[in-house]
Amino acid sequence: MVTGWFTGEGEGFRLLGTRCSACASVFFPREDVLCRNPGCPGGDLREVPLSRRGRVWSYTDGRYRPPSPYVSDPELPWEPYALIAVELAEERLVVLGQAVPGVTVADLTVGMEVEVVPGVLNEDAETTWTTWHWRPTGVGA
Amino acid sequence: MTGEVAVLGTGMHPWGKWGRSFVEYGTAAARAALDDAGVDWRDVGSVVGADTVRGGYPGYVAGATFAKALGWQGARVTSVYAACASGAQAVGTARAQILAGLADVVLVVGADSAPKGFFRPAGGDRADDPDWLRFRILGATNPTYFGLYARRRMAMHGDTPEDFARVKVKNSALGALNPYARYRKRVTAEEVAASAVVADPLRLLDICATSDGGAALVLSSMEFARRHGVAEPVRIRAVSTVTPRYPNTVLDLPDIATDSAVAVAPPEETFRASIARAAYEEAGVGPEDLSFAEVYDLSTALELQWYEDLGLCGEGGAAKLLRDGGTAPGGRIPVNASGGLASFGEAVPAQAIAQVCELVWQLRGEAGDRQIEGARVGISANQGLFGHGSAVVAVR
Ligand SMILES: [Zn+2]
Repeated sequence: MVTGWFTGEGEGFRLLGTRCSACASVFFPREDVLCRNPGCPGGDLREVPLSRRGRVWSYTDGRYRPPSPYVSDPELPWEPYALIAVELAEERLVVLGQAVPGVTVADLTVGMEVEVVPGVLNEDAETTWTTWHWRPTGVGA
Repeated sequence: MTGEVAVLGTGMHPWGKWGRSFVEYGTAAARAALDDAGVDWRDVGSVVGADTVRGGYPGYVAGATFAKALGWQGARVTSVYAACASGAQAVGTARAQILAGLADVVLVVGADSAPKGFFRPAGGDRADDPDWLRFRILGATNPTYFGLYARRRMAMHGDTPEDFARVKVKNSALGALNPYARYRKRVTAEEVAASAVVADPLRLLDICATSDGGAALVLSSMEFARRHGVAEPVRIRAVSTVTPRYPNTVLDLPDIATDSAVAVAPPEETFRASIARAAYEEAGVGPEDLSFAEVYDLSTALELQWYEDLGLCGEGGAAKLLRDGGTAPGGRIPVNASGGLASFGEAVPAQAIAQVCELVWQLRGEAGDRQIEGARVGISANQGLFGHGSAVVAVR
């Protein structure tokens, strides 16, 4: 549904951003047209993988089914998932993402380390929509 | 001061889920504001509407819709969209027109018929829209963002769910005194704690509902007010409608990520704090001059955040200010004497205008049982999706 936001498999999985060649600003989701730094003369924006790991900035969950365009099966009972906002130290930005299935808010604290892993957003008979998930480090796959 | 405009009239339609058209709410509010001002609609030189979506209509409508409903009379017309800041931008536009001499009397109107349940983005596959993306990829509703801010405050400042509940208890007690509020029932801390978790750590009674509603103002030049026989009107002294500064490092609706602070150091103040500062600078007042404040309590935890962003207390001091009664009636700086969004619910284009109505009623001494004694300076503050910030300072 969005192309070029992440790449790779297993340990090689990475979120993809872009970096401005003129001012070194990093953007996620990727910014491919214009550098948004108001003091930048403007440079080429080049794809760059983001840090695999970061620290929890905050977290929450959704106890009620979100509306469309989120895809979920209305026939099945709603299973809440945690959402984690993660601060990447190197890029100095915060990226929001779903936690891996099975990790709940009870498993999380602000400041703990998490890593990015591939995940499935939803699937139907023809297509599997992949995404990124955050997983506390030290938790097995 | 040269920058001031007079508030001649205020009007509101009661908030709730009435199931009627936004045109009806806005027109009722407009008529009430014109009555209050003692101004004939045909003498209004300009109408500024805060936009809403009309089902099936290609886009947002407001100004001309209300003008048509009130009866075409040839006034200048403007429609503005700035999400939750739409109403403040409408006030700002009206003020600019008056100060520029383009109009002497301006009617400002905002109204909406809110959808049931969560707000959601417009339809279609729109991967270029951050609002669509956050729902599609993350299922991140507005309450999930409020939950993130609440949890962050707990971790950084030691706020507790009991503190959040105190905000609801305070605001519901005030809403019970406001005839325009949707919820007129006092809520106890036990009731908040017993309500369902929506987005951890926030519960149903920590989060404001969606509502129908309408609000309107009649603004004029100071000279018109005098000619009109109003020697001492409530005056609007500042309208801040600012954007964030790069890099915006606090995760915010509807974005999935913040700006990076790698190339440019983050500004010393957050976006919300800059909204208030811009208004204070324009008005020539500071937080110490305020008699009261109206802030966007989309969640109970967010109201606490505003205390700090408005400079009512230092960073991390909000829960203590609340616990000590500082923001309750009779306290140092009462906040959301109207009952806030906790009592009104969200009718997006109307709510920033409704905040200004409350400023005016308080400053006129017309707020009834919720009146703040000796109110002289009030501020309203809110933040709209996609980088719109607004605050209004009114004085008497
Ligand atoms: Zn740049």
